[in-house]
Amino acid sequence: MTEQNKESLKKPLSRREMLKLTGVAGLGLLLGGGGASGLMALGRKSSPASAVEHASSNDKGVPFYGKHQAGIITPAQDFICFAAFDVTAGSADDLRRLFKNWTAAAAAMAAGEMIGEHNTTLNTPPTDTGEAAGLTPSRTTLTFGVGPSLFDGRFGLQGRKPKGLRDLPAFAGDALDPQWCGGDLCVQVCADDMQVAFHAIRNLARIARGHAVLRWTQEGFQRTGRADPAGGTPRNLLGFKDGTGNPDTTDAVLMDQTVWAQPADGPGWMAGGSYMAVRRVRMRVEVWDRSTLKDQEATFGRHRDSGAPLGSKGEFDPVDLKAKSADGQPVIPATSHLRLAKGDGSQQILRRSYSYSSGLDAKTGQLDAGLLFISYQRDLEKQFIPIQKRLAKNDKLNEYTVHTGSAVFACFPGITNGGYIGDTLI
Amino acid sequence: MLKKILALPAVVLATSVLLAACGNNDAASDKQEETPVAQSENQTSAETTDAADQEATTGSDYTAAVDGYRAFAIEQIDEFVKQTEKFTDAVKAGDLETAKSLYAPARMYYERIEPVAEALGDLDPNIDARDGDVEAADWRGFHRIEKALWEDKTTEGMTDFADTLLSDAKLLRAKVETMDIDASLMVTGAVELLNEVSSSKVTGEEERYSHTDLYDFAANVEGAREIYNLLKDDLAAKDKDLNQQIADRFDALEKELAPFKDGDGYVSYEKLKDEDVKKLSQNLDALAEPLSNMGQVLGV
Repeated sequence: MTEQNKESLKKPLSRREMLKLTGVAGLGLLLGGGGASGLMALGRKSSPASAVEHASSNDKGVPFYGKHQAGIITPAQDFICFAAFDVTAGSADDLRRLFKNWTAAAAAMAAGEMIGEHNTTLNTPPTDTGEAAGLTPSRTTLTFGVGPSLFDGRFGLQGRKPKGLRDLPAFAGDALDPQWCGGDLCVQVCADDMQVAFHAIRNLARIARGHAVLRWTQEGFQRTGRADPAGGTPRNLLGFKDGTGNPDTTDAVLMDQTVWAQPADGPGWMAGGSYMAVRRVRMRVEVWDRSTLKDQEATFGRHRDSGAPLGSKGEFDPVDLKAKSADGQPVIPATSHLRLAKGDGSQQILRRSYSYSSGLDAKTGQLDAGLLFISYQRDLEKQFIPIQKRLAKNDKLNEYTVHTGSAVFACFPGITNGGYIGDTLI
Repeated sequence: MLKKILALPAVVLATSVLLAACGNNDAASDKQEETPVAQSENQTSAETTDAADQEATTGSDYTAAVDGYRAFAIEQIDEFVKQTEKFTDAVKAGDLETAKSLYAPARMYYERIEPVAEALGDLDPNIDARDGDVEAADWRGFHRIEKALWEDKTTEGMTDFADTLLSDAKLLRAKVETMDIDASLMVTGAVELLNEVSSSKVTGEEERYSHTDLYDFAANVEGAREIYNLLKDDLAAKDKDLNQQIADRFDALEKELAPFKDGDGYVSYEKLKDEDVKKLSQNLDALAEPLSNMGQVLGV
C-alpha cells in the first residue's frame, strides 16, 4: 500500500470512494496477478469516476447530528427497517459503551461512509459488512429511542422515566402478539434504498452483540420517489391515500407544539426529543378486496381516487364534518376513519407509517400485509392514546384490520457532534 | 365474532325505495324515484305498484327473495330464542355438562343470520362479543358464559349473564319484526358471513375456550348459501357463469367441511391439522371473491 493510500484510509471513507479505491488504487493490496485485471474491469464498469462524483454531489445524506434526531420530521424516505432491541448489558457503563459505538457507526452510515477502519485488512473480518459498499447515503436516517422497560432498575434509571412513557393501554379489539411488542431500545432506519436500510440494522445488531439482542424487526415500504416523482401522498395497501391530514413539518412552531417534547414537559433529558407510538396493523386484504367501493369509501370517509373527503373534490379540501346528505345522514359517516381520527381536531400527531408485506400467514394461507404505523408526538397520553381509543371503539376500518404489535419509545433529542446517542440520559 | 364497530341504526341500511325493488335498469330506477315512499312501506306484494310491474318484465324484482329471507331470518331467530332459553336454563340450574352441550348448537341459529343482528345496533356486541372486543366492564353474552363453562369449569356467577343473554335474544326477535330488509342487505350480508369465517372462525379465535368454531363456520356458510339460493335464479338469468362458479365453490367448500361433521355437530377445532385450516381458508376466499360480485350483477 502506498503512503497516500494509508493516509486516505484514516479519514472517513465514503462508500463510493471505497469502491473506487478497491477498484483502482487498492488492487495491489487486494489481489495479485491475473485476478487484478478482472476486478479492474469490474471496478471501472460499476463506478466510473464521473458517476461517483455526480452521485455524491447529489446525495450528501441527511445530517446525523443536530438539534433533533433525523427521521422524525425528515420527509419520509422510500423504505424502513425498524428494530426493537432488548439490552443484555449488565451495567449502565456497558449500555453507554453500546450507545457510543452505535453513534460512530450511525454517523458513518448516515454520511454514506464505511463503518470502522478495517475494510481492506486481510487478516481480520471487515468492520463494515459491505453490502452497502459503493452505494450512496440514500437519505439514510437512524432514529434511536428507549422503551419503558429500560427504566426497570437494571441501569439505575428508575427515577428518570418520563411519566407518560408507559406501555399503551389495551384498546378494544387488540390482538397483540408478544413477538411484535415492546423493547428496551428501538432504532428506526429509513432510507431510499432497502439494501442500505437493511445494512444499517444489520450492522447495529452486529455492534450490539453482547450488549443487546434483537427483539423484533419489521421492514416496510411505500411507493418510491422514482415511481411518484411528484411526491403525492402515498397510498396504503387498501388503496387509499394515507397521511393527508398530517401537520406541516416545515412549521417550526407547530412542531414544537405537537412533536417535540419541551423543557417544561419534563424530564429534562427528553427536551427536543419525541415520543413514538408504533403499531403493527395487519390488514385483512382478502376481506377488503371483496367490499364494494362505496363501503370502502364510507370506511375511510374519503374518495379513493382523489383522496378528497367524501363530498369534496380535492385531497386537501377542508373536511366538513357537519355536512349532511339528502337523507339527513352525515356525508362523512360517524364510523369513518377520517371522522374518528380527526375528532374535534384538538389532538394532532405526526404519522410516519410504512406498508409492510411479510409473506403468508402460514395458518390461513392469506397475505400477512398491512401497515407499520408510526407516529411521533410530544405527549402520548394527550395525543395518540385518545385518538386510538376513539378508533378502537368505533372505527369501521376495524372490520378490516387487526393490531398485532405495539410499542412506545422515548426518542432522544438530537445528538451533538462529539456527543453520543442518549447522552442526555445516561 | 362481533363486527368491531358499533353498528348504526338499521334505518341507515335500507331505504324504503330500495325495499320496493332495487332495479338497476334505467326505466325502473326512474320510475322508482317517482314512487311515493309510502307506497313501498309494509308491502308484501310488489305487483301492486307500478314500479314493480315494470320490474317484473325486466327480472329485477327481488320482493320474493326479500320476503323469503325475512321468513328465514324470523324462523332462525325464533329457534335461536328457544335454544338460548334451554341453554340459559341449564346455566342457571348449574348443569355444567348440559349447558356445554347446548352452547354451540344454539349459537348456530344466530350465526346463520348474523348480518341481520349486526344491523340492529348494540345487539351483536351484547350477544356475541369476545373477550377484548369491548371494554372489560361491558363484556357479556355467549362468550362470557363460554369462558366460565370451559375455562373456569363452572356455572357459578353466571345467572345474571344468562338472564341478560336471553333478554337480548328476545330483543333481537322483537326488533327483527320491524326491520327493513332489502336485496342489498342480503348481498352484502352473504359476503359478511363469509368474512366472519375468514376473520375469526377459520383461525379458531371465535370459540377460544370451547373450540366449537366449526359450528359457527358451518352456520355462517349455511346462512350465506340461503341468501344465494334465494337470489340464484335472478343471478343465473343475468350471469350464468358467475352463478355456476358460485354454486361450484359453495359445493367445494361444503365438501371440504364435510369430513369434520360429528353426529349432529362438528369436531373440535383442535382436531384440525394445519393443512386442513389452510385449505378451508383458501376455499372460503375462493368462494367469497365471486360472491362479492353478485351485487353488481344483480344491480343492488
